[in-house]
Amino acid sequence: MMAAPDPARRGRLLFGGFALVLAVWPLGIDDAYLVSVAITMLWFAAVGQAWNLMMGFAGQLSLGHTLYVGLGAYTAAALYVHFGIGPWIGVWAAVAVAAAAGAVIGGLGFRFGVRGVYFALLTIAFAEFTRIGFDHLDWLGGSAGFFLPLDHDGALPWADLRGPPLLFYYLLLAYTLGLFLLCRAVIARPLGYRWRAVREDQEAAAASGINVFRTKLAAAVMSAALTAPAGVIQAFYYNNLFPDQAFAMHRSIEMILAPIVGGIGTLFGPILGAVVLTPLGEALTLGLEALAIDLPGLKQTVYGVLLVVIVLRLPSGVWPPLARRLGLGDAATRTPDR
Amino acid sequence: MTAGDPPLLAVEQVTKRFRGLTAVAEVSFTVPGGAIVALVGPNGAGKTTLFNMISGVFRPTVGAIRLDGRDLVGLDPARVCRLGVGRTFQLVRPFPALTVLDNVLIGGLVHGDGVAAARARAWHELDRLGLAGLAARLAASLTLPERKLLELARALATGPRLLLLDEVLAGLRPTEVDQLVAVLRGLNQALGITILMVEHVMRAVMALSDRVVVLDHGVKIADGAPATVVADPRVIESYLGVEEP
Repeated sequence: MMAAPDPARRGRLLFGGFALVLAVWPLGIDDAYLVSVAITMLWFAAVGQAWNLMMGFAGQLSLGHTLYVGLGAYTAAALYVHFGIGPWIGVWAAVAVAAAAGAVIGGLGFRFGVRGVYFALLTIAFAEFTRIGFDHLDWLGGSAGFFLPLDHDGALPWADLRGPPLLFYYLLLAYTLGLFLLCRAVIARPLGYRWRAVREDQEAAAASGINVFRTKLAAAVMSAALTAPAGVIQAFYYNNLFPDQAFAMHRSIEMILAPIVGGIGTLFGPILGAVVLTPLGEALTLGLEALAIDLPGLKQTVYGVLLVVIVLRLPSGVWPPLARRLGLGDAATRTPDR
Repeated sequence: MTAGDPPLLAVEQVTKRFRGLTAVAEVSFTVPGGAIVALVGPNGAGKTTLFNMISGVFRPTVGAIRLDGRDLVGLDPARVCRLGVGRTFQLVRPFPALTVLDNVLIGGLVHGDGVAAARARAWHELDRLGLAGLAARLAASLTLPERKLLELARALATGPRLLLLDEVLAGLRPTEVDQLVAVLRGLNQALGITILMVEHVMRAVMALSDRVVVLDHGVKIADGAPATVVADPRVIESYLGVEEP
């Protein structure tokens, strides 16, 4: 049909509009609470995107992604506090450290054929013993916490990220959109196709000439590296780091909810998932407060039930059916015309 | 064939033992370039084990497997594929959640010249096998014959010199068998692709193959022209079945 609009073009327009809205709304609405919610939302969109690279595209389940957040956060914070090196340089060190950790875990797991759930257990184990190690690392504050100085001497808040929340909001927006575009570019390349082949059937992928080990390792390293900046932003936003939070297992689980709800293995799914889940969580908090219900755990229970309903009703996530309804494909699954 | 002109594939005294069980015992045979050779035998004869050794999934306990004189033993499946051995699986294994086009495109990536070139190669193979109309469908939605063709297209996109087909005709209707036999003959004649096939459909074996190698309990019991092999009393006894008097 010639009249049908090109879904790729429509997708670009809608995504551009979406990005524009995210960029402009804080200018009109100066609300500290909304900005803080939006920061949380973008943070989860970004780490979800980075996690989805490994799980959604290469099919390797990591339940210890908080490790890369924590390593990124501590690396940049340590460089800043101990050596006076700013976050814009520190982030590269953070990326390198997280990539090395991803290479160690992926290298060990994939070399010895640790697959599926067992690989996921390995990722949890690494995150957990790193947490315990940091608890005893006095140079970085140990379990008592590691704190970044709040004072700022320079005139440019951007230079060492000593600025207002809005600065972090725009930083996260750039990070999230950049990650989206990067993932979109990578999955259109041979590596992205190899990831999907390995995800679908490892033996058939090998028989098609794909080096399965290298392909999976590339996913683990890239995913870890791309997660680390989220840790850096977290460290400079909150100005404090505790091993029990930075490496918390529940955080690893939280990180994967947005891509699961939005749609694993899609490009827009992790963003959409965060757009759905973060406000949902906040609304629950506000709603229960407004109703003056103070029952410990009730919010988590309601949130959990809502998650179960979403996953049961939309097992492939919210985005695939929504994309169809909007007449869009997702670049991850679209078949180009001849 | 002279001594200086090695066969495309040479299986030399290959043995595979799984713990105590000997699946393949001292099997030797060759596949000359350009030939179609069928590997037949009852279930459990060691045919698929032999395929898995040639394609690098298993390492032979003893013996050598040479492609154009080069020993393949110890190479992983990806390397074997890159050296020009394409394969299909007995239980078809397309990439289910990917489109037909992307399935074949992935095979075409092995040449290392990028996605666009691999996509062009994929369209070429889809056209050749009559699958172009299904290009945008997910592999999981195909019928069994379609999935078999898809796997063949994916293997062809890797540009094989030797194609290993593991029961590619099993489960097909007679008319579908005839169509695929014609396709295979075309690949062999037009492209010069050498084929080693594990096959139970004797009608196709007789129609297609230049040579038949018969395995029984891991041992080679016959190796020769199809007409000679099916007349061999040992083959009749072990595989084709003894006629009641």
